[in-house]
Amino acid sequence: MLKIGVPSKGRLMQKTFDWFSARGLTMSKAGTEREYSGRIDGIEDASLVLLSASEIPRELAAGRIHLGVTGSDLVRETLAHWEDRVEELALMGFGHADLVIAVPSFWVDVETLDDLDAAAAAFRRRHGHRLRIATKYHRLVRDYLSQHGVADYVLVDSQGATEGTVRNETAEAVADITSTGETLRANHLKILSGGPVHASQATLFRSRTACWSPEAKANLKAIRERLKA
Amino acid sequence: MTEPVSKSAEKAEAARFLAAFVEAGATPVEADVLLPAETLLDLYGEDIRARAFTTHGPDGEAMLRPDFTVPVVQMHMARGGEPARYAYAGEVFRQQMPDSDRSAEYLQAGFELFGGTPEVADAECFALFHRLLAPLRPRVMTGDIGILTAVVRGLSTTEARKTALMRHLWRPRRFRSLIDRYSGRVPLPEGRRKVLDACDPFEGAGPELGLRSRADVEARLATLRQELETPPLSEIETGLLDDLLSLREMSDVALGRLRDLAVDMPSLSASVEGLARRLDALDAAGISPETLPFEASHGRSTMEYYDGFVFAFSLPGRLDLPPIATGGRYDALTAVLGQGHATPAVGGVIRPALTLEAE
Repeated sequence: MLKIGVPSKGRLMQKTFDWFSARGLTMSKAGTEREYSGRIDGIEDASLVLLSASEIPRELAAGRIHLGVTGSDLVRETLAHWEDRVEELALMGFGHADLVIAVPSFWVDVETLDDLDAAAAAFRRRHGHRLRIATKYHRLVRDYLSQHGVADYVLVDSQGATEGTVRNETAEAVADITSTGETLRANHLKILSGGPVHASQATLFRSRTACWSPEAKANLKAIRERLKA
Repeated sequence: MTEPVSKSAEKAEAARFLAAFVEAGATPVEADVLLPAETLLDLYGEDIRARAFTTHGPDGEAMLRPDFTVPVVQMHMARGGEPARYAYAGEVFRQQMPDSDRSAEYLQAGFELFGGTPEVADAECFALFHRLLAPLRPRVMTGDIGILTAVVRGLSTTEARKTALMRHLWRPRRFRSLIDRYSGRVPLPEGRRKVLDACDPFEGAGPELGLRSRADVEARLATLRQELETPPLSEIETGLLDDLLSLREMSDVALGRLRDLAVDMPSLSASVEGLARRLDALDAAGISPETLPFEASHGRSTMEYYDGFVFAFSLPGRLDLPPIATGGRYDALTAVLGQGHATPAVGGVIRPALTLEAE
């Protein structure tokens, strides 16, 4: 039995269904609207598991599902050394969102990571604590800043309304997901140049840790053929 | 592939080193396993979160001891900072790669020496590790972060640039990008010139927001304007820096090369003569400079709080293993943790699980 985990609701679910349907695999929710199980036609011996997009990375890593659809940002954020646990099979071309670092637009001296690093050093000297960056993407942001040698910052957790943290003085800068930058601009924040921390999109992942029986492997092969077509 | 060593064998090995340290005059000490996260974060930055285990208690965030240095220094400074030797053995906790066969908790046996004449203390500490590890015939490497900092301080450029370079001495990539920028090899970010030349740089930039104030931004704009007017680093000096960073020789040859470099950069002299005194002290302890490898950039990316002599012992032919012992001088750390007091300090740790893997 090959288990495929897909997002259980909203546009992400609908677009996932459409994407598979365009490749000859029909997915649908079983029974009533509220029931979280589904069916998949066009392939033998596979089952559809409807899950919250945020739980899919963990289920993949634990090997409880063989394949899963979720945002590439969620996989990188949730799983340490994600590449050892899952493989990217297909970028699905929807659910685009960039994880970006944004600072108040009146910081006319800050455009790049170099600037952010220098500003953080001066800020710490002057204010006696490290420059706070509010985010819920701790791993992604820390890895990115560490890789670029930025120091003297501290990540503070923000699970929602992250753009408001600067105004509320609980952070000096933010790292958040945006698709258009609209909300950031409305909050007088600007995005640092030099590309996003991560450009996320809905992605089909394969679990490296699931039990891959000969049947599951054969099923995967059939699905891979469909993806190529 | 050798079998992973058993916990009891590891404990016995740690106890053996602890006893040897005590025999060498050290007082055995204990340290808490749960340390306040804030102190460690302030010292090491956010990066420590990726390496240590963090947990929460009623008093806030805590970390499982990633090393003994911080608690031992704090204990020593609280006692008043008189010269002392300490030894310890106990668990430390570090996050490992998922497929790594390295354990996330392992024992460290350590020796720390506070006070005394720095070069003499360096030699005493190193000779002790050298003697205890000699039966394993390890590969040895030494370096001196103090020589690197002396070169940076000796550059003929602004204090602002030197401060920025010193801050990133332990991050080779960012250090290099700073050198490139200060050498005029990197263009200004887009729109930077316009902002710096504008009568009102804040025009159309939106409202003042958050704790980093307009005064903070203005102060940095002033720094950036000053930076624009500062001449680039001379090619002679950046060349000298490159020569130094690539220096890797036996200590006697390295000393000669460093003395040559000090002719072009007199600010190097004091730390190079410090190295000479250390080599004399080591020689007197039976460790000949002719057979002691020296690498100027050793310890730069991995040993962030060291600021002087640094050393590492590894098992030859076991590139899969981290060093079996590392150590060095960390005077500046004592100043940070000592709340105004500082003391010369040198020390090192052995990983008993690794010494047991030696053939």
